[in-house]
Amino acid sequence: MSSGTITLHGRRVVGGSAEGEALVTHETISGWGGVNPMSGTIIETRHELRGQSFKDRILVFPGAKGSSGWSAVFHMTRLTGTSPRAMLFNEMTTKIALGAVVMRVPSLTDFDRDPLSVIETGDWVRVDADRGVVEVTKAAARQAS
Amino acid sequence: MKLTDADRAMLDGQEGKARQKAMELLVRYAEALGAEGFVDTNNVAGVPGSYSPLLLNYYQATAENAYDIVYSRFDLDSDEVVQVPRVNVHSCHLQGGIDPENWQTLGAKPESLQMSLDSENAAAGHGIRILKTCTPYLAGNIPVPGEHCAWMESSAVVYCNSVLGARTNTEGRESTSAAMLTGRIPDWGFHRDEFRHASHHIRVEVPVADLMDWGMLGYFVGAAVGERIPVLTGRFGAPELVHHKHFGAAAASSGGVEMYHLVGVTPEAPTLQAALGPNSRPEIIPYGAEQRRRTYEELNSRASDRAVDYVMLGCPHAALEQIEEICRLLAGRKIHPDCQLWIFTSRAVRAVADARGHTRIIRESGGALITDTCSAIAQAIPPGTRVVALDSAKQTHYLPAIMGIQAWFGSTRDCIEAALTGRWNGVLR
Repeated sequence: MSSGTITLHGRRVVGGSAEGEALVTHETISGWGGVNPMSGTIIETRHELRGQSFKDRILVFPGAKGSSGWSAVFHMTRLTGTSPRAMLFNEMTTKIALGAVVMRVPSLTDFDRDPLSVIETGDWVRVDADRGVVEVTKAAARQAS
Repeated sequence: MKLTDADRAMLDGQEGKARQKAMELLVRYAEALGAEGFVDTNNVAGVPGSYSPLLLNYYQATAENAYDIVYSRFDLDSDEVVQVPRVNVHSCHLQGGIDPENWQTLGAKPESLQMSLDSENAAAGHGIRILKTCTPYLAGNIPVPGEHCAWMESSAVVYCNSVLGARTNTEGRESTSAAMLTGRIPDWGFHRDEFRHASHHIRVEVPVADLMDWGMLGYFVGAAVGERIPVLTGRFGAPELVHHKHFGAAAASSGGVEMYHLVGVTPEAPTLQAALGPNSRPEIIPYGAEQRRRTYEELNSRASDRAVDYVMLGCPHAALEQIEEICRLLAGRKIHPDCQLWIFTSRAVRAVADARGHTRIIRESGGALITDTCSAIAQAIPPGTRVVALDSAKQTHYLPAIMGIQAWFGSTRDCIEAALTGRWNGVLR
């Protein structure tokens, strides 16, 4: 993977802008029964992010799965202050669309490059959802600077 | 977006503040999806206005004003509290709250029961039918083919689309509460013909006949296809209602399956080609003895201790025939003193079970037939539970993660044996 800044373009799901450290998973995420909304922690038994919190991170993932409680659980994270700062995902579903809307965090999908192949956990990510632009600074480049 | 005059009137506030807020949320949601407009719906299933101590505390609400406050701020995601009118489409309340008859068994406090009853009464007073079940299709809400619905509850959604041939996306709490006031839901996904075709082909190479088999197959399929639509061919007989119920629930838990096709069985799959539609023939995913064994092992990877202290049945909520089978398997015996047996169902099914003496048989064996909720939803298990036995792949997926306990998965017979002996002796037959 190359270092330096990489730019992706996507479609706005929810507007706004944010930046932060990426938390990346190649596995879809369950809301209800998969996330503890008091801490923003993934709790699904076999999930590769089990025990990690997305609070204040830029959450990069394929999409949502599981219970229809997805939106309500992510909605709760807004109330408890444990939401991610932004969401970047590939697979549009009603669960994730509604969850992004009620969580009110900048969100993008339909990218020109797969964010899962570009962004790694620890990269610094700037999201401008209104313009549909994502700027990624690789962790390696961050350490060098 | 293409909005009708009626949509615009609601957005402009001509139908009152609550419908305006509901329409604003639906427009934000439709834009997020990339939908171009809405369809009419007259069949909505959700959890409108229901609340927990956390929500009441967060919104500084009291029992008197909680419905309006929670419905406005959480359900409609409105920063302003509005007066919420009666619903104007057929609307039902899915599972939630506390069984008013078995609240002590569930370990609920009197104040929690009161909160559940207050929430229920407020919803009922606004025209919402209190079904209190994840299986509305077993409790009087059976959509007709082609009907546009707005349902929550992933196991009910997959049943609605696949078995009944009605049309719903997996809606959430906020979208269903908004749809109850507006009769509108985004015209996207499963409401559209082109979205309902299969993209993945599963070939079933081992016989699939009983409830446990169908649950395992569903769990395999969900993991194999994720959020996509599978079509299945091969060695399955004619599934009964409860087989669909457990298959779909499992596929919607290990993955995000909202619709499946069984060739020759489900209404939109008279042939493989009809199920696939314009999609090209996908690669075949086999489900043979090896895949079956690995699925069983995966489901049983969450336990090591064979001393079982809790058996939970009824996920999704038990049908009458399942309750009859449980009574048959109990055969008048007492469950083990170190084990509890809780069976969850809808109020509608329990009313029949009460009348037919099943509830009494279960009680006399030392078990309980409980409505409204389940261990995962209520986060209620018998005190001191370390190891649970389950006949539901869906519940096996969720309960250990939510409650931090071990879970065995097997047949209903394996589970009843565990309840009677306090030991897990389930095997893959």
